[in-house]
Parts: sequence; C-alpha cells; structure tokens
Amino acid sequence: MLEQLLNALLAVFLGVGACTLYYVGSNFLLDQVFADSGENAVRNSRQRAAIRPWLFLAPALLILSIYLVYPVLETLRLSFYNFGGFEFVGLKNYIWATKNPEFLQAIGNNFMWLIVVPTLSVAFGLAVAVLADKLWWGTIAKSLIFMPMAISFVGASVIWKFVYDYRGPDTDQIGSLNAFVMMFGFEPQAWITLPFWNNFFLMVILVWIQTGFAMVIFSAALRGIPEATLEAARIDGAGEIQLFFKIMIPQIMGTIMVVWTTITIIVLKVFDIVLAMTNGQWNTDVLANLMFDWMFRGGGDSGRGSIVALMILMAVIPIMFWNIRNFRKEEEAR
Amino acid sequence: MTFRKPQHLTLGRLFNHLALLVLVLLWILPTIGLLVSSFRDKDQLAYSGWWTALTTSEQNDWGRTGKAEDQIEKSGNYVISGTILEPGEKTILTFNTNFRNLSAYKSGETMIFKDDSHFTLQADGKYEWVSQKHFTHKRGKRIFYVANVPPSFSLDNYREVLASENVGQSFVNTFTVTIPATIIPIMIAAFAAYAFAWMEFPGRQFLFVCVVGLLVVPLQMSLIPLLTMYNKIGTFFGTEAKSYLGIWLAHTGFGLPLAIYLLRNYMGSLPRDIIESARIDGASHFQIFTRLVLPLSIPALASFCIFQFLWVWNDLLVALVFLGKQDNQIVLTSKLRELLGSRGDNWEILTSSAFISIVVPLLVFFALQRYFVRGLVTGSVK
Repeated sequence: MLEQLLNALLAVFLGVGACTLYYVGSNFLLDQVFADSGENAVRNSRQRAAIRPWLFLAPALLILSIYLVYPVLETLRLSFYNFGGFEFVGLKNYIWATKNPEFLQAIGNNFMWLIVVPTLSVAFGLAVAVLADKLWWGTIAKSLIFMPMAISFVGASVIWKFVYDYRGPDTDQIGSLNAFVMMFGFEPQAWITLPFWNNFFLMVILVWIQTGFAMVIFSAALRGIPEATLEAARIDGAGEIQLFFKIMIPQIMGTIMVVWTTITIIVLKVFDIVLAMTNGQWNTDVLANLMFDWMFRGGGDSGRGSIVALMILMAVIPIMFWNIRNFRKEEEAR
Repeated sequence: MTFRKPQHLTLGRLFNHLALLVLVLLWILPTIGLLVSSFRDKDQLAYSGWWTALTTSEQNDWGRTGKAEDQIEKSGNYVISGTILEPGEKTILTFNTNFRNLSAYKSGETMIFKDDSHFTLQADGKYEWVSQKHFTHKRGKRIFYVANVPPSFSLDNYREVLASENVGQSFVNTFTVTIPATIIPIMIAAFAAYAFAWMEFPGRQFLFVCVVGLLVVPLQMSLIPLLTMYNKIGTFFGTEAKSYLGIWLAHTGFGLPLAIYLLRNYMGSLPRDIIESARIDGASHFQIFTRLVLPLSIPALASFCIFQFLWVWNDLLVALVFLGKQDNQIVLTSKLRELLGSRGDNWEILTSSAFISIVVPLLVFFALQRYFVRGLVTGSVK
C-alpha cells in the first residue's frame, strides 16, 4: 500500500517534471532558435510572438481534443451504427429509442428531476441565505447546510438509504423517516420501492447537496445589493416580505438564473444517486444511469448508449449557447 | 465588518430563529445519524434507532450452562455453576428454558426443572444449578433470557471494515487517483489560461468560446469513445486498459475546461499596467507568467485545487469506467457502491465505510471553506 502511494507521488513528480520540462524547454528552444540578437532580431521577435502562445496552449488543446472534442464527434457517429460500432444502421437506434419504454421512462423521470431539484434547491438556498443573514449564528448555520456539498453522491446515498430504511411494521424501525412517520401513527413504508414517489425520495438527496451551493451564491449576491436601495424601500414603508419579493429577488435575478442552470446541468448528469439507491429499479431510471447501463449491458451497445448520451447533450445545448452569449456580452462590456 | 445593534426578540425574529433551526436540523441529522451509528455496537444498531443510542436497550439472547463434567459435589448435592453471559455490561431481566415465554422467571428467582434440579440465575449472569442426582448430560442446557444492554460505542466497526473489507486499501487507491489528477491539470490549465488572458494570437476568442462551450458538455458523451480507445491502446501495447495513468489523464481532460475558464477570468482581471510595464522592461511572456502572474494567481489556483480534489475524490462514474474492480484499483466510492449491493443490510459496515469515504473531503472542506466559497462565487456571480 505504501509502495502504491509512493508510486502516486512519483507520478506527480514525473507528471509535473514532464510538464515543466516541456514548458521550460520549448520556451528556451524558441528563444534560442529565434534569438533576440543578430541581423534578424526584429523579424525573430515577431516570429517568437507568433509561436509562443501555441507553446502555452498546445498541451491543453491536445488533451481537450482527445478527451472532449473527439469523443463528442465519435459518439455522434456511433449513434448511427450498430451495437459494436461496425455497421451503419441509419436511424435505427433513434427509432428504437422512441419506442423503448425504458428510455421513455428515463426521459420522463429526468424531466421531473429537472423541475423539482433546481426549484427546491433555489428556494431552500434563498430561504437560508435570507434567514441566516439576519441572525447572529447565521454563519454557523450556513456552514452546516453547506457541508453536504463536500460529500460524494454515493456517500450521500448511504446516508439517505439509512434514513429511508424499512423494517416490518411489528419491529422497531431504525430508519429515521419511518420512525418519524410511526410517531404520528402511520404505517411504515418501504420508501425506495414506493412507485412514482420513490423518485422524489431520490431527488431529496440531490436537493440536500445542492441547497448549500445555491445558498452560498445567493448569500454573496444579496450582500451585493446596495444598502441604500434597501433603505429607500424601507423608508417607503415596504415590509420584509415585500422587500424580499420586490427588491431582493429582482436584484439578484441574474444570479438566480446562473444557479438554476448550473444545478440543471448537474441534474442532467445525475447518475451516482440512482445507481447506488435503486440502479434504476422500481421505475426510477434516469438517462445517465441508462446510458451507463447500455455501455456494458450484453457486452456493451455503443449505438444505444450513444443515443442516450446524445439525449443528455441535447438538453444541455440551450444552456451552452446561453452561457456563450452571456460570456460574449461580458467580454464586450470589459 | 459591521456591528449589529442588539435587537430584542419579536415574534418575527423568533420565527426566523425557529425556521432556520428546523432547516439546519433537517440538513445535519442524516449525517449525524450515520456518524453515531458507525460507532454503535452492530447488534444494537440492527435493532434500535440511532437516536436511542444513548439509552439502555433490551435484547433477547441465549446462553448455555456447563456440562456434566463441570459438576462438583457439595454437601451431598451436585452443583454446576458459572456464568451464561459473555463478559460485558449486560444485566439479565428475565429468563426461561423455553424461548416462547421469556418472561417466566425474574433474575434471582429459582426455576425447578423436570428432573427436580434447581436452577438459579442472577442478574449478572452467574448461575447455580443444584441437583441431588449426579448430572449426566453431555451438552449444556440452553437458557433464553432478556437482558438490558447499556449503550456501547467502539471503533469495532471501523476495525472490521479496514481489516476484512479492504476499505483501507481503497482509501489508499483513492489518494493514488486524486493527488496526480488534481495537480497535473492545474499546470496545464494555468499556461493555457495565461495565453487566453494576455497573449495575442489568431483565433483566441474562438478557441476560448469553445472552452466555454465544453464547460457544460456532459461526461457521458466521452465515455464510450474513450473506453474503446483505451481498450485499443491496451491491446496494442499489451497492457491493461484500466490503469492509474489512464484515469489521471481522463480526470485532467474533464477538469481542464473549468480550470482554464476560472484561471483565465482571474488572470484577466489582474491590472493591465503591471503586465505591460513588465513587457516594456523586456520580460518575455514566459518570465511574466512564471514570476508575476502565477504568484498573483494563488487564490484562484487554490480554489480550483479544492474543486478538483473534491470532484475527483467523490467521483464514481469515471472510476467505474476507467479503473478496475480488483483490490489494488477500486476506489472508495466504487467500494461503497459495491458494499451497498453485497452488504446492504449490514449497517455497521455501510455506516463506517461511508464515514471513512467522506471524512477527507469534510476536513478539506472545513479547513479551506473560505477558498472554496470564493471560487464558487467568482465562478458564478457576474
């Protein structure tokens, strides 16, 4: 085990060493080949300026091309091919998808996730941000609510599976939710297998994780609202509730949108929670889990797997363009 | 820092306190339940809720008396004595030889068996079995009892998962994945970010827009082609397709867009004057980057390091695809997922393994929360 850690450290050392060697070496070579002195000094300096950016960029561009650009194009291609990726089958996979009940179920579930999780995370995040800002122990409260952000989705799944644990109605419950329900005289339930509603019990986990994120961002944005604006509204006789809906929310609308889209992207990719809690059983499957499933099912079907992945990409594309447009606007404003 | 005027408690403020308190409790109780449970005795954990951990619980169990060879002769009677409890802190409430009616005899009472022998069991588990005839049985008699079990906390569960479930090895594996996968991308991204922020070259805007676009491309799009590619490379060189090197590079690729984006925004916001005056003084871009911009960017580098560390540590998907499941490669998240499948009812194993997997991110998180928050905020608020 120790040997393995040493290997990892060696890898860091070699990796960093190789990177350093590349950057220092290539820049040194550039300075040597197009030297600053001699008869061509001016032309050389221009050459250096033209080449150097590419020396800086090359490793990043290379890795991005291999790990992101090429795979996206390849996945697109594979979606038109059969399970092994050898034979062109046209739209066959697409037609399969429109008729496959699993796929349609996953889309339906993803749709619910997309509505519920960002809405609740943003709502709770806002509520905590506003409440905590007014109280002396707000910082501690925020820290505690933020904490699940550090926990892995699998870890969170274990935590919540324990909350949802179910024992027969005649024995003591060890899951807190069932104990709570029984306190009020209701029957204990096997929450995770409860048709339809089980989806929401899985969503709770992601809301639990993402609320902290929303809260932190909103907290910072709320502090950015000029005190004078709030003061003016108060003088005009606005109550706290009016202040919240008529001043605070409109003032941080841009931030709300950013948080909303960020959580939306996370929701589209949600995989670990479903895999760990149900593995898609009891009608809880979502696209990311289905995609993983097809990647390995029956030796792996790259055609169908690709279709599912493309579906996720398609849902992300509007956000991608919105991001790019925002970025362009900011650049112009600089 | 502003000082708040002390405000007196109104109904509205009371409501604020209560509402926030309820939210905080809702948010932390699940984690506390896990933490408390991981230290509990595994039998108690299986029968009672974690919120009862501090109270004494009742437990049904049984023990065996001594055999005939244990008897001694005492003033004309034959006596077998001993204890039916293992050393511990249980106290017996009631007992019987028939498990259908456990409350037949209270501790301290004497039960008369069919053969007229007298059996007395004390609360501390000591018994005395007296008979006028010589004992001949070869196996001890089974005594069923109800006992009070005081709360007990120990590190036993942790010992068990570290020793027999190989969680310790997974812990090391996770570190092996995480350290290089955090450090390598940051170097590559820093150079690229500087080029995007301060160097002139054709296509700069276009390439950066591409990076912004790649920021949201779902990981799922990359998996199938990369898996195929890795398999081909593995076959070609005759090596394993699933290796640490493979996952380091994969995490580097998936982390780069965010790293370049964050660092470029940070570096771009550094004052133009200092960079231009350094240019005028004849410094090359390489010198400006290493001596000036890099040291100034440490807050942003730290933020990204924390992001990437948490992301890689907590990742399951990439690990499932690019790493094997054998002992020397399986990381904590995949291990935990495997345990959920194979040991789904053994909460003592699940809770302690889960806590082992979340303790490092939690420490990093609480120690470096400020950098983490700053990174999140600069990345999102515009």
